Amino acid sequence: MSTAPRLTALDALHRSLGATMTDFAGWDMPLRYASERDEHVAVRTKAGLFDLSHMGEITVTGPQAVDLLDFALVGNISTVGNGRARYTMICQEDGGILDDLIVYRLAETEYMVVANASNAQIVLDALVARSGGFDAEVRDDRDAYALIAVQGPESPGILKSITDADLDGLKYYAGLPGTVAGVPALIARTGYTGEDGFELFLKPEHAEGVWKALTEAGEGVGLIPCGLSCRDTLRLEAGMPLYGHELTTALTPFDAGLGRVVKFEKPGDFVGRKALEAAAERAETAPPRKLVGLIAEGRRVPRAGFSVVKDGVVIGEVTSGAPSPTLGRPIAIAYVDAAHAAPGTEGVGVDIRGTHEPYEVVALPFYKRQK
Amino acid sequence: MSNPQQLRYTKEHEWLSTAEDGVATVGITEFAANALGDVVYAQLPAVGDTVTAGETCGELESTKSVSDLYSPVTGEVVASNQDVVDDPSLVNSAPFEGGWLFKVRVAGEPEELLSADEYTAFSAG
Repeated sequence: MSTAPRLTALDALHRSLGATMTDFAGWDMPLRYASERDEHVAVRTKAGLFDLSHMGEITVTGPQAVDLLDFALVGNISTVGNGRARYTMICQEDGGILDDLIVYRLAETEYMVVANASNAQIVLDALVARSGGFDAEVRDDRDAYALIAVQGPESPGILKSITDADLDGLKYYAGLPGTVAGVPALIARTGYTGEDGFELFLKPEHAEGVWKALTEAGEGVGLIPCGLSCRDTLRLEAGMPLYGHELTTALTPFDAGLGRVVKFEKPGDFVGRKALEAAAERAETAPPRKLVGLIAEGRRVPRAGFSVVKDGVVIGEVTSGAPSPTLGRPIAIAYVDAAHAAPGTEGVGVDIRGTHEPYEVVALPFYKRQK
Repeated sequence: MSNPQQLRYTKEHEWLSTAEDGVATVGITEFAANALGDVVYAQLPAVGDTVTAGETCGELESTKSVSDLYSPVTGEVVASNQDVVDDPSLVNSAPFEGGWLFKVRVAGEPEELLSADEYTAFSAG
């Protein structure tokens, strides 16, 4: 197996824009083009353009596609209407999270599952393994799509100028096929930034043309290309989990405070049901640790793996941390012992290279957009 | 990017000015600033501290990482740039000018510093 990083269809374009590239889950991806802070602010106040072609698309089709997904995933996919999308997870038999996903219903019996790049193969393998006995086909479509996102308050206006699709009728977490800059695309109103925005699934050969058309359409309203660095600080401010940080196979959705994605009321069995029922009960009665937000009083930045401390004792661990451009202070998401997880808990700090820096415990998210 | 000819450089990407009245200025290079990304926090040595060539004397933190700051020279710190402490983005916007980090009364001639051309070749490689 080759270890050379994979390149997206927009690779040459990123290099011509002077992007700093980084290896991410085996892909060579733009980390930032110039200042990641400026990119972050652009998405919050105007618009940003992202190449997300590393995300893993898996298509599930057939008369029993929905039954397979209801069995393989923890969500109730039967209730997803045509043209709608759902945030969900795929778990192990023991309830551990394999990945978090968005499932788009593209047609009556056609669904697209979008997995994280780092887990796409695992999700594909699990779906195939769980498809036995169902009249459904699981197809690896990772190479069939490029994915471009335009995110931020100006994004509806920008996209509207180059598409015939009815964006006003396209709700959050919905997707419809349309034409963007003259080429076919699946237009979804989803994102990972905490802002309004769209994700465009395209044929890779169309990616460059659409990127350029969006750049042109957004020129007058402050759209700039954005890398994965600001995507991380945007999702962190919005309190959205990142697989490998807040979500792992050692944790159930209930441990991560996302038990709402598990739908016990759906008919039939699903992988992990029994273990998750126990996890739900545990989370209710005796939660070991809870996911909280931390805001620094100082300026030193907490990073994943740093200890959360109180009175010199370790009470938790940081899973993600970064300077927050919106708050102007460092922020973190951390798992903290339930006894110290209440917002406003006094005396909580983060061990930053040996110094216990004071932090305020807050409820997530750090940032919520005004609608 | 171009590295000013009148400065000397370390392989840790600091620059050092020629001493005037025994005092030299230290900063990080534009190459280093670009590699770090937006600097959000600077911990600089305090006035009166003694710094030692090749040893850490502070840290620079960016969105994605934290880097130790090495002193290119041995001596006593006579100034540290409060403007950078207040607004660390100066390190990105003007690494060779307003983004300087600290000034040292040089106690010993630093060794193994690179010329601008040598550093340019080093950082390109």
